[in-house]
Amino acid sequence: MAADETRTEVPGGYLYRRHSLAVRITHWINVAAMTILLMSGLAIFNAHPALYWGKSSYTGRPPVLSIGLAEGPDDSVIGVTTIAGRTIETTGVLGVSNDRKGEPSARAFPWWITIPDDLWLSMSRSWHFFFAWVFVLNGLIYLVHGLASRHFARDIAPTGGDLRGIGASIRDHLLLRHPRGEASKRYNVLQKFAYLAIVFVVLPLVVLTGLGMSPWMNAVWPGWVDLFGGRQSARTIHFVCAWLLVLFAFVHVFQLVVAGAWNHVRSMVTGRYRVDTGSAGGTS
Amino acid sequence: MKLGDRRKRRRFLARAFGALAAASLAGCQKLSTSSWFPKVLDSAEPLNEAMAKLVGRRAMAQEFTPADLSPSFRSNGTAMPDTDAYRALLAAGFDQWRLVVDGLVAKPLSYSLDELRALPSRTQITRHDCVEGWSAIGKWRGARLSAILAQAAPKPNARYVVVHCADPMEEDGTGLYYESIDLDDANHEQTILAYDLNDAPLPVANGAPARLRVERQLGYKHAKYVMRLELVESFAALRGGRGGYWEDQGYQWYAGI
Repeated sequence: MAADETRTEVPGGYLYRRHSLAVRITHWINVAAMTILLMSGLAIFNAHPALYWGKSSYTGRPPVLSIGLAEGPDDSVIGVTTIAGRTIETTGVLGVSNDRKGEPSARAFPWWITIPDDLWLSMSRSWHFFFAWVFVLNGLIYLVHGLASRHFARDIAPTGGDLRGIGASIRDHLLLRHPRGEASKRYNVLQKFAYLAIVFVVLPLVVLTGLGMSPWMNAVWPGWVDLFGGRQSARTIHFVCAWLLVLFAFVHVFQLVVAGAWNHVRSMVTGRYRVDTGSAGGTS
Repeated sequence: MKLGDRRKRRRFLARAFGALAAASLAGCQKLSTSSWFPKVLDSAEPLNEAMAKLVGRRAMAQEFTPADLSPSFRSNGTAMPDTDAYRALLAAGFDQWRLVVDGLVAKPLSYSLDELRALPSRTQITRHDCVEGWSAIGKWRGARLSAILAQAAPKPNARYVVVHCADPMEEDGTGLYYESIDLDDANHEQTILAYDLNDAPLPVANGAPARLRVERQLGYKHAKYVMRLELVESFAALRGGRGGYWEDQGYQWYAGI
């Protein structure tokens, strides 16, 4: 973060450069690429809305998750989702939802969360595989920059003090208390763990399981996809990772709204973050 | 005053986000149906293909054990070609079926099913990955395509094998299925014209009497009901010009991902 201590004094505090240009650019490219990957990915999922565990889809065991249609009362058609053998009605969102003209249509995920919004598998694949390159190349730039600039080592790796303060940090989060003043210039320990998990676990996993679905990439080292439990397991993990990323994005946005949306969004756009010094820098 | 500013900013951010999301959704739809944007997206395809060739031009697809076999091998697409010509071939037990090999070859050939069965063969338990997302595992036995090409002797300018099939994709019996692969794939050790599935003659629903197995690519490349192999230098002038029935509908010619 504090790569450059160019302070600008403002009433009640000062602005400093919180995020480097490389982090800001890769962050926003990543937001766009991941949004498109999620939505085109859900559209691809709609072509076969079921997930399996194992090397193939037809192993003699039922899918772990499936979204489809069922007969409702009075000959109506309802949308249903079956997870681990339990079926629940999900009409309106999953299975059956209104298309953009308001007509009920049979599709797993609704139009407003897919790219393109109609069932058009080849187009969804074109979007997905183009933006997969954008995402991966952008991610590599971010990783190289983060290592070379020591951004990861300096700002994201938890310190001994961080680890000892986990209990206090959990309590602060539950009470929606955020550090103010000088303390707000450092990431807190839960934030660090969240970023580490996303950057070094979930994102690499989503890339590897994505490659694991490619029959050609499977052949490069035959059997490697079995590390994930097989090709269909890789597909399931890919799906779960995608939703973990959505969960992360929601928590991320929630946290920055609580901690000051304007200040955080500005710091990720212009780099400049406001530190308040007027209120004595307390945390309550 | 300050609080009012904060609220205004927050409302601005929320509205800006909402407007951006709505515009993006509509924009993606517009871009998908534009004439230029899909070309931008598909510019990644040569990159994918180049990457694939780089990391595994001769790599072997994973093979499985009998324990991994799918209880029944799913039929997708055509399950019974709806033409008089195919019905006649089927009724006679494919006695009259001939696999024609022509185009840019030194020796145009044709094989009966028995002759095909007499060629060097390969048996493999492989996974079939449909573009839709599902997979099934089956045991295939078939004639090595490399053996057929060795006999037909492709001319130096031959670059692709076009696979012409018997199944019509239109209800009026037209739009016969076709596919194409390059010579790397055609000569790959696991590329076969399969006539057996799970130790029995290939069922009609899975492409009788013979279907292409081009492991390492998605299901739609594995053309069923094969009638003719045509060696060409380019498929640009053929049908939709993109090298296959589904390719002509917008699917990727390189189907390794």
